[in-house]
Amino acid sequence: MRPSWRMRTACGRRAGDTLFDSRLALGNFPSTFEIKRVGSNSVEAFEKLKLLSRATLAFIFKEGVIVAADSRASMGGYISSQSVKKIIEINPYMLGTMAGGAADCQFWHRNLGIKCRLHELANKRRISVTGASKLLSNILYSYRGMGLSVGTMIAGWDEKGPGLYYVDSEGGRLKGTRFSVGSGSPYAYGVLDNGYRFDMTVEEAAELARRAIYHATFRDGASGGVASVYYVGPDGWKKMSGDDVGELHYKYYPVVPTPIEQEMVDAPAA
Amino acid sequence: MALRRDWVYENNGGTCVAIAGSDYCVIAADTRLSVGYSIYTREFSKICNLADKCVLATSGFQGDMKALQKNLAARHLIYQHQHNKQMSCPAMAQLLSNTLYYKRFFPYYTFNILGGLDSDGKGCVFTYDAVGSYERVGYSAQGTGAGLIIPVLDNQLKSPSPLLLPAKDAVTPLSEAEAVDLVKDVFASATERDIYTGDKVEIVVINASGIRQELMELRKD
Repeated sequence: MRPSWRMRTACGRRAGDTLFDSRLALGNFPSTFEIKRVGSNSVEAFEKLKLLSRATLAFIFKEGVIVAADSRASMGGYISSQSVKKIIEINPYMLGTMAGGAADCQFWHRNLGIKCRLHELANKRRISVTGASKLLSNILYSYRGMGLSVGTMIAGWDEKGPGLYYVDSEGGRLKGTRFSVGSGSPYAYGVLDNGYRFDMTVEEAAELARRAIYHATFRDGASGGVASVYYVGPDGWKKMSGDDVGELHYKYYPVVPTPIEQEMVDAPAA
Repeated sequence: MALRRDWVYENNGGTCVAIAGSDYCVIAADTRLSVGYSIYTREFSKICNLADKCVLATSGFQGDMKALQKNLAARHLIYQHQHNKQMSCPAMAQLLSNTLYYKRFFPYYTFNILGGLDSDGKGCVFTYDAVGSYERVGYSAQGTGAGLIIPVLDNQLKSPSPLLLPAKDAVTPLSEAEAVDLVKDVFASATERDIYTGDKVEIVVINASGIRQELMELRKD
């Protein structure tokens, strides 16, 4: 009966093999051998890890894909940043959203961008959204159970038209037309599902996305900052808008002077 | 503490602050090193000059800080040999992020701020968490006194988010002298209310003419 620590390193070595790929020549990836030395809860003990508390959404409609996100990052109850870029540009026609652990998302999305570029150079054609999302989900699957936290959507326009996939750190990968990820997602889903029609114009779709993110930031304490909306069409992605959600609040619900029912008048000097 | 096999870190306290300006960058850190309620030394530098336009300030576990600085300094030397020039600040920022993430499952217990001038000569500050997530910002504070300092910096320096579209200009309006004064004020206040911050503050200013350093005394209690 092999002792349990041996099984852990064996698991780690298998995961490491898929990553020490000589074609990539990118140096060492996070070494999984060291996980046993400190105990698997060493990272959780760092309560101060930055999390992308989140309201991100994406949906496909007639003209293409809309991708939107807030920009708040938190460490426990402390807001560590109000200006995090949660929508990252993998290449001129593909976007990825970030939710979960900030470092995990940043690192693996950059890595995905590198792999996509290498695919283009090796195959003389752009990678499909299907392929890019599969590359990412295979890596995340190999680190399954080790504490990575990534909830991302890969959205893009390839030869088959608009594509949208949801990929997470459990190793799941789903193709779909409407997704929202993060702590603010229930609120975003409510507004998004209510207002969604397949045949919207680009401006209508962008406004729907903006409203959905605004409502998520309104009710979820962990979401806030700036609501960014991107559109991906046949010519690539384009940033539609970036609005501070505090200002969006007063734009959607302007202050109305309350009608005066009874007005107090000074008593006449007797 | 290190006899326990499941917790091998130690928090040595301390605070770091950095402010980026239009043509300068101010980085400051206190010089106290503590463990629990004891002060081990009052003259410990948390600042490391990585390149001629790039300075790293680190709070957290100083053992990991030393290891990280040596790692980065060595990588910078290799870069200089291969490319015949110094690393720019944004390049060093990406290198630091990757270095931290490579130890994702046994992290460096360090909270870093990297400050310097970018290739256009404008001040830049990059702020990190323990596993390498980073962001370019106009100002930042990390460490035990950060919660006391960041609200003051937000009040004085907060600028429109770079994510806004149409973009609004986001430059710190302060001059170099005003920024240094602000840093001194902010450390004096943090020293009043944080037991791990005090003794001295080491302030490093990077501008087009080079790197300048000054020390200011803080409360030693």
